[in-house]
This record gives sequence, C-alpha cells and structure tokens, in this order.
Amino acid sequence: MLTKRIIACLDVDDGRVVKGVRFTHLRDAGDPAELAKAHSASGADEIVLLDISAAHQRRTTLLDTVRRTAKELFIPFTVGGGIRTLDEAAAVFASGADKISINSAALADPTLITKIAERFGSQAVVVAIDAKRQNGSWQAFTHGGRVSSNRNALEWALEAESQGAGEILLTSMDRDGTATGFDCELTRAIADQVNIPVIASGGAGGAAHFAKVFEKGHADAALAASIFHYGLSSLGDLKQYLNNNGIAVRWPC
Amino acid sequence: MIAIVDYGAGNLVSVKKALDWLGQECAITSSPVDVQRAAKIILPGVGHFSSTCTLASSGLQDAVTDAIKRNVPFLGICVGMQWLFSGSEEAPETRGLGLFPGICARFPQSVKSPHVGWNQLDVASKSCLFRGLTPRPFVYFTHSYFAPVNGTTVACCDYAGKFSAAVQQDLLFGVQFHPEKSGEAGLRLLSNFCAI
Repeated sequence: MLTKRIIACLDVDDGRVVKGVRFTHLRDAGDPAELAKAHSASGADEIVLLDISAAHQRRTTLLDTVRRTAKELFIPFTVGGGIRTLDEAAAVFASGADKISINSAALADPTLITKIAERFGSQAVVVAIDAKRQNGSWQAFTHGGRVSSNRNALEWALEAESQGAGEILLTSMDRDGTATGFDCELTRAIADQVNIPVIASGGAGGAAHFAKVFEKGHADAALAASIFHYGLSSLGDLKQYLNNNGIAVRWPC
Repeated sequence: MIAIVDYGAGNLVSVKKALDWLGQECAITSSPVDVQRAAKIILPGVGHFSSTCTLASSGLQDAVTDAIKRNVPFLGICVGMQWLFSGSEEAPETRGLGLFPGICARFPQSVKSPHVGWNQLDVASKSCLFRGLTPRPFVYFTHSYFAPVNGTTVACCDYAGKFSAAVQQDLLFGVQFHPEKSGEAGLRLLSNFCAI
C-alpha cells in the first residue's frame, strides 16, 4: 500500500536553518546538511528546504547549501524559494535537488511549470500554493503570504496540474504557525479535485493533527518544520502513533 | 568501473552520489565506448519514455545491447527498467529493447497519477539484488506507467493492482523504484548490485 509521507521542512536563511532547533546531539544545529541527515535518520520520508533569504544573498549561498545537504541524503530532496527561471531550476537540480518547488514565479508565468516539467519531468516540479480563506473560498497568495494573486486556490491548483505540476504543496496561511492543526477543509477541497498528490502544510501541533489531515483532509503527505524540533520528541514517535492508528506509513523505516 | 549512462534525460546526480557514498568507482558518461568498456552499467531515467529514443540514435543502445549479451551486469532504473520491455503506452512509436515481455501501461484514472511516495515491495525470489533486505522493504517510487508482472518479476508492488517493481534475468536487472532515494534499503540494494 502506498504510504502517507511525513515531510520535514528546513527554513533556511543565508545558509542557516532558522526556527528554533533542538537537536541537542548535533554539533551544529543550524547546519541544513546535519539537520537533514538527522531528520532522515529519525524517519522523515522526504526533506524540503525552503530558502527564505533576501534576494541579494540568495543564489550562490543556496547552491552551496543544496550541494552540501544533498551529498549524504538518500531520500527525496525538494528545494524551493526564489526560483524564477528554468536556468535557476536547472542549477538547483545540478546541485543535487530531486524536485524544485515554485510559487510566485509560477503564478506570474504558469508556463514555467511546463518548461521545467518538459526538461526534468513532472515528478520534479512541486507547485507551492499559499492559501488564505477569503469570503468563503481560498485565494492564492505570493511573496510569503503578503501579496494576493487574486487567483482562487482550487482553480490555480487545477491549472498547475494541467501545466505539468507533479505535486501540490498546499500551505494554509490561516493555520501556519498556530499549531492548531492542518486546515482539513482546505486540504480536502483541493486533494479531492486534483489527480496529483497534495502535501498539506501549516498548523501541525501534534501527532493527532497528522492523523486528521490524512483521514479527513485526504492529504497524500504532510509537512511540518518547527514541530519536529519542539512539539514531538521525534519523527519516529509520530510514525509509531500513525501506525498504531491504522494509517499506513513507512515504519519501521 | 561502473558506467552511469547519460542520454540527456532526468537527473543523474543522485545515482552518482549514492555510488560515491558506497565507495564505488563510477562515471556519468554518454560515450558508447565507455559503456562498452564498463564492468557494470546503470541506466537511470525519470521522465518520458520517448527520451529513450536518443539511446538508439547515439549508439548507446548498441553498446548496451552488446554488453548485456556479454553478461555485463546491468541495472535499469525507472524508465531505464521500462526500456528493457517491448515498449510503453506513453510513447507507442518508441520501441523498447524487448528483453522482457510486455508493454508498460498507465495507471487507471481511479488512482492519483503519478504514483509518488514510499510503497512496500513483495520480494518473491531470492534475487541477489535483495540480499540482506527484509522481505517487504519500503522503497520510493515516482512514475505514471508500470511494467506488467511476468516470469522475470522478482519483486511486486501494489498500486491499483500488482505491477513489476523489480525484474531479473541472469545479470540483467530492472527496478521501477529509485534505490538512490530509498534510504538504507536502497543503498543496500545498490551495494548488492555493485558486489556482483
């Protein structure tokens, strides 16, 4: 049976992981390469690295970070944040990413999805959608949730799929950082309509939240960042919990 | 020396990285001469089945076929495995090598496609590829087309029905999943291939 994936996200600023990190046994807990390895060892099914650096410091540091992180990582590795062109995507792949995640640039030019998919395959293109509830539906936002695209999130997800996206990384802006649980309603509204996997993100606060977004939200995967450092003692405990609750996960790894 | 065949499709970095980590001497190459000289050959591939047509036009197909005839260990990954079959519905005009019988088909509309994520294998035989692995290891897949189960299937997987996750005939191997992305289990499998 295809298992539900648990994805650990690293938010990286100028080559360093931000959002408090409590892996006490690490020599350098801010180092993306060390943290990715630790997450993989404790049962993460995938790693997503999101670059949140300011534009001017971004490119060269990012590629070096990707290279170092990918070097000893043998699970799928997605890189996102500020990728605007096919050439920029190509450089990230050449540095060792398996997939890239695009958001604002895809909304500005949806054919960017197609261009990257044609060269690297749809499986390598994740379209990230930051959705916020407005007047009874969800709108897609860009630039870290600050700018409205004036696009309905569901319509945009369907267009992204038709342009060749391989997966949707769906973040609830309403839940992000609240630790009150994933937005199951949003996740289900999109997961039931597209025919590609949907990764739920935003709001994870405990193991039960993951169970709920798989069962009620129909998510194919769930992503979180800080909970893996604060809320739960380990990814292994989360997987054990899901396994005990009848949700198919890769466990034991 | 292990040749990782580059035919212009997909991302070969991760396969190279895994072999480097295992301490294997390997090189990414698009040269038929390198392929002919290689002690072992790995043909990765994600992307469209039609991209395999460049193997024929570049002379790589002849080099690979010749090596397989000489019983040089060969591992096809993902589309690299599908290419060993007669063909794929994804690109009916592009012929496969036909070393394994059957045509690769698309997953039905009833399930999400591509089949992305970790799924469990049912390892049916004592293939040397799976030595030291559990009988039901988890491995990472990402594909929309699948190869049928036949007499050469050494591991099955289930997604809207059973399909061939691994095939073997003598020292000719194909795996639909990505061992280079399948954690410890995948590294063990690659290490088994390298040890042949």
